[in-house]
Amino acid sequence: MDPRDFWGNRTKSCLCLILLFAVLLGFYSNVFSLIPRRQTEKSQSPEAHHVQGRRESLTLSEGDGHLDSCRIPEVPRLLYPKAQLLKPSRVDVLVMTPWFAPVVWDGTFDSALLDVQFRNTTIGLTVFAIKKYVVFLRLFLETAEKYFMVGHKVIYYVFTDRPADVPQIALQDGRQVVVLHVGNYRRWQDISMHRMEMISNFSRQRFLREVDYLVCLDVDMKFSDHVGVEILAPLFGTLHPVFYAADRQSFTYERRPLSRAYIPRDEGDFYYAGGFFGGSVPEVYRLTTACHQAMTADQAQGIEAVWHDESHLNRYLLSHKPSKVLSPEYLWDEQMLQRPPLLRKLRYVAVPKNHAEIRNR
Amino acid sequence: MVVPRGGQSSGQCPVDKEHPFAGAQAQRLPPAMHCLRLALGLGFCLLLGITLCSLWMYVENWLLVSYIPYYLPCPEIFNMKLQYEEEPSQPVAQSQYPQPKLLEQKPTELLTLTPWLAPIVSEGTFNAELLRHIYQPLNLTIGLTAFAVGKYTRFVQHFLESAELFFMQGYRVHYYIFTHDPQAIPQVPLGPGRRLSVIPVPGPSQWEEASMRRMEAISVHIAKRAHREVDYLFCLDVDMAFRNPWGPETLGDLVAAIHPDYFTVPRHQFPYERRPVSTAFVADGEGDFYYGRAVFGGRVARVYEFTRGCHMGILADKANGIMAACQEESHLNRRFLSHKPSKVLSPEYLWDDRKPQPPSLKLIRFSTLNKDTARLRS
Repeated sequence: MDPRDFWGNRTKSCLCLILLFAVLLGFYSNVFSLIPRRQTEKSQSPEAHHVQGRRESLTLSEGDGHLDSCRIPEVPRLLYPKAQLLKPSRVDVLVMTPWFAPVVWDGTFDSALLDVQFRNTTIGLTVFAIKKYVVFLRLFLETAEKYFMVGHKVIYYVFTDRPADVPQIALQDGRQVVVLHVGNYRRWQDISMHRMEMISNFSRQRFLREVDYLVCLDVDMKFSDHVGVEILAPLFGTLHPVFYAADRQSFTYERRPLSRAYIPRDEGDFYYAGGFFGGSVPEVYRLTTACHQAMTADQAQGIEAVWHDESHLNRYLLSHKPSKVLSPEYLWDEQMLQRPPLLRKLRYVAVPKNHAEIRNR
Repeated sequence: MVVPRGGQSSGQCPVDKEHPFAGAQAQRLPPAMHCLRLALGLGFCLLLGITLCSLWMYVENWLLVSYIPYYLPCPEIFNMKLQYEEEPSQPVAQSQYPQPKLLEQKPTELLTLTPWLAPIVSEGTFNAELLRHIYQPLNLTIGLTAFAVGKYTRFVQHFLESAELFFMQGYRVHYYIFTHDPQAIPQVPLGPGRRLSVIPVPGPSQWEEASMRRMEAISVHIAKRAHREVDYLFCLDVDMAFRNPWGPETLGDLVAAIHPDYFTVPRHQFPYERRPVSTAFVADGEGDFYYGRAVFGGRVARVYEFTRGCHMGILADKANGIMAACQEESHLNRRFLSHKPSKVLSPEYLWDDRKPQPPSLKLIRFSTLNKDTARLRS
């Protein structure tokens, strides 16, 4: 067959049109981003060139939660009551720290407004259920389904050494459970401290790509009221329920100068609880890496901080001030403490447990 | 017309190479061959399309400044400048300051947090020493724009002198004075690390016209220059003066200031634009605070997007032959309603000296000069 006879005139023009269409489709599909969002964001970052030499650090700006590089989130028209400038929302408590971090109490925020501001956010929740602590998972996850970030995309990262014991919970749309199989340690103090190391490793390997914010929680607790996007910030800590009204001298910081978690008696803003902290993935990565390095250094010196990872967390949050502080509504123990009137809601509370039995098996 | 010559072997189709209609023979091929050709053709086009697509993606990564269609508000160049977020990750040096008291409330009288958890800055809500420890090590450069067009050039001297005393002491500052008459800008002695640039703009025919062009001028200026030179940018009115320190407590992603005339007033009395045909329209049940046009600012990328958005709104209104009730301020308020500021400055930062100072405002930092506005605007 003669090749010159192969392409007829009509077919030629037909093919030309199809070719033109395919080219235009290929061109415009890129400009109008038919390609998924995360892929283009990562590939377009010129900062990738700058951080090549620095394996340990993460690029921070664009990936930071809803604060992508140039966008204040747009809020569509909403009806809500107006804030009164001359009427403070709460007069009985401090609602803002001296470095402009809001202290989140009931009555200081408007949930509907914040939900709209954070509407395209994915939140990761890390929880450690090692050895016998797997028994707490069912209640934890069931109450989380009712109260935690309802209406938003959530990924539960369950770190456990017994994946078979993780219960199957009915999940709402847009929420999933990811079971991460990790090793265990003999002492409960070691388990608690190695949480920092594991979160740090997984942040770099996985969380950075999958979620915008990370919330790191204790498992032997349950949710009893709304915990929503009002907590989300680049870095946040929670006030420990025992020390929220105490003087800094009586905080149980690590007081031995030999330890890396040492805080002198005349320093300190708040005593933060080790069971509820979080922030954007890059910030949580920095926090957990710093704490893990500090704990390793302490171990080499033969010293262990008085409250383990909580002491190191407090040391970190003293020099890297959190951008939001959560009130004791967000971490309470009804058995141990009497509920004062300034706590209008109890959102995340301890589940009674037999310490001796559960910790050392 | 092709005439087959005799003597040719059978099976070979004689074709005249020169003849233009030689291809007409192809149309009599069987349908199966036709389909095959079409399929091959489509396959080839698809392959070409995919190749071009992946080639484009590769090229886009390689280019530092890629193609930006008109409607995208923020150029890629900002990605390179902003390496940190508002809450710095660098450690705060040890400093002595009193412990924040959770339960003993100083009566500040003013709301300190908006419902979307943005701080409202007023005296007593912050510790200046602590903020200095946080912000000083960051080596920030703060920009300040002021428009001195028409008769407003006479205010520049006092504005700059007061800024030299009170604005961002201890930081690098870059003043941008926009004026139609560079000769009219006086030489004001500046402290170390502080510079001044005069930006020429066309002279106005009317005051309204001048104020409407401000958003456009600022956004163009940021794109051309300011994004390289400063980290934060404040856009202030020039017919005002600083009275007390204005420091890093005002720094934020996107900062607005509450208008001194409306902070005690319910939202339905705000002078929003109420005609639905305008892009600055705000309905009756909407509104947080009424923000003043004389003070706004934030990170340079955010200010760029903000001024660009306002300018688009102004252009759209102009195309419809409508001018908003309070000109640019209406558009500013409309934009702040849908893109809520991350920090709000109390009326201490934007005050009118003709009003008596209420007890809730402890320290007035930036306020108007008494002047004959009608005479100035003519």
